[in-house]
Amino acid sequence: MRSMAGRITLFEKMYALWLREFKVFLRERSRLVASTFTPLLWLFVIGIGFGSVAMLPGGESVGYQKFIFPGIVCMSVIFTSIFFGSYIIWDRKFDFLKSVMVAPVSRGTIFVGKALGGMTSSLIQAAILLCVGALIGIPYSFVGVIEATVIVILLSFTLTSLGLALGSYMQSLEGFQMIASFVVFPLFFLSGALFPLDKLPAWLSILTSIDPATYAVSAMRSALLGVGDRPFEVDILILLGFTIILGAAGIFSFKRMKAV
Amino acid sequence: MIKIRNLTKKYENLLAVDNVNLEIGKNEVFGLLGPNGAGKTTVIHMLATLLKPSSGTAIVNGYDIISQPAKVRASIGIVFQTPSSDDMLTGYENLKIHAFLYGVPSFEREKRIQSVLDLVGLGERQHDQVKKYSGGMRRRLEIARGLLHEPTVMFLDEPTLGLDPSSRGMMWDYIKKLVKEKEVTLILTTHYMEEADHLCNRIGIIDEGRVIALDTPSNLKKSIGGDIVKLRPKSFPDLESLRKLIYIRRIELVEGEIMMYVDNARENIPDILRHVDADSVEFRSPDLNDVFIKLASKTIKEQGEGGYMERYAQYGR
Ligand SMILES: Nc1ncnc2c1ncn2[C@@H]1O[C@H](COP(=O)(O)OP(=O)(O)OP(=O)(O)O)[C@@H](O)[C@H]1O
Ligand SMILES: [Mg+2]
Repeated sequence: MRSMAGRITLFEKMYALWLREFKVFLRERSRLVASTFTPLLWLFVIGIGFGSVAMLPGGESVGYQKFIFPGIVCMSVIFTSIFFGSYIIWDRKFDFLKSVMVAPVSRGTIFVGKALGGMTSSLIQAAILLCVGALIGIPYSFVGVIEATVIVILLSFTLTSLGLALGSYMQSLEGFQMIASFVVFPLFFLSGALFPLDKLPAWLSILTSIDPATYAVSAMRSALLGVGDRPFEVDILILLGFTIILGAAGIFSFKRMKAV
Repeated sequence: MIKIRNLTKKYENLLAVDNVNLEIGKNEVFGLLGPNGAGKTTVIHMLATLLKPSSGTAIVNGYDIISQPAKVRASIGIVFQTPSSDDMLTGYENLKIHAFLYGVPSFEREKRIQSVLDLVGLGERQHDQVKKYSGGMRRRLEIARGLLHEPTVMFLDEPTLGLDPSSRGMMWDYIKKLVKEKEVTLILTTHYMEEADHLCNRIGIIDEGRVIALDTPSNLKKSIGGDIVKLRPKSFPDLESLRKLIYIRRIELVEGEIMMYVDNARENIPDILRHVDADSVEFRSPDLNDVFIKLASKTIKEQGEGGYMERYAQYGR
């Protein structure tokens, strides 16, 4: 049994690691600007360029820009979260990680602290995008915004875990960048962020069904536009399953990571 | 405090640490010396549980580094050879994070942070980002961080690397105070022999992963045998007659000078000068540099001993 005091210090350690990520995030404004810019580009260039009308699963039609908005929010989470994995390589390069690993902190705690940092970046970016959504007329409800927040939390933790797990195996930033691109684009394109998934051939459907972002996009559409591919609760439960599996994979990969 | 048993680390085809056995007692200041690549940092990394030994183990603070790494980590402090602070954060923030990581109780946190900052003279710059620090300031921050949780065993891998002479002196004073007041056992590596001499009560010299000497600084100096006499001869010396003098233990020719290890140099120099015509003579008692050069550095040894005949021939021309 872990004592009460022990549990408090455990959270303090996690908090300290998270705080460090958060402060670095706040100080590196260019990071925030750059990663918010891309989703906006998609929203306004693709969203307006393909100005045609897309059909929602329910048959109700909305403008294409509104149709892809939930997907674009998820997209910003996908990119930010996966590429967040590169920071573990930085930490190793600059030996900061060594100083953390020699402290009495478990690898699991280090992982969670780091992943919470990545999650925070994603949340802030999603919040900015949701504000932009108000400008293009997304019909927000209070519950919808809460639901969207839950989705962002789950998806970002899931994919930050994946990014950090990848990063923990890689030695060079360039190598990570390559691998991460191989992961990010399929995750995004197969998620249904840009087009409805119901008319896809079977082999593509299989791929989309193993993409955690698929369920996040569907849930986000339920939350913001009122119609998803599945009931909101089902999407959330499946997403939670991915969170647990990839979270565990992340902790495992941190446990086996060499300190020096 | 520390018992190292048959500690070995192999990298692909390189034996970085080769079957090291050492015991370091409580409150000792133990110096680990050796040329670049000798394996000092590797030993420290293994003792700090950051690196798994290929074989052998060690007990640190009563805990086994292989089977109880978490307990070892909680009881040790370490200053790495390379800076490891986050340079996007301020010095203060770096310390605060580590105070949390080591579970420094909240009522002590601020006090401890300020006291270690004062100690290393970073109080005024604590709210600057570390990337704005000079190399020496970063070094001092690392040391402050290592002291923050008042560990019982502390590893200092070249703690004064890059410090100016006055900061180094301050660091020495602090290290001494630390050992006396807080009862910390220190293991430090350094390339500054006077530092090792000044601080350490025992020294291990390590070369190519093996401990090749282990003793107190004064015994190591005695092992050199006698004083060191350096002569710059006017003409080619009669080495044979010098060799016959029983108070000369060793003769080396280095760069046109004769270096001799001589018993009781003060009395015997006049006699030596009867055998060699010299421009200049100097003598001194041996320091750790002499010990180090004699024992540790293979390349220097080759020049002094192995290359003896070649130099001898060269000299004759
Ligand atoms: N990750 C590694 N992979 C392969 N060889 C390594 C690795 N780390 C260290 N070595 C080798 O192990 C040997 C010992 O290195 P170590 O860093 O312990 O030396 P050191 O005594 O600390 O030297 P210095 O005085 O330069 O700091 C060196 O030959 C080094 O090249
Ligand atoms: Mg070293």
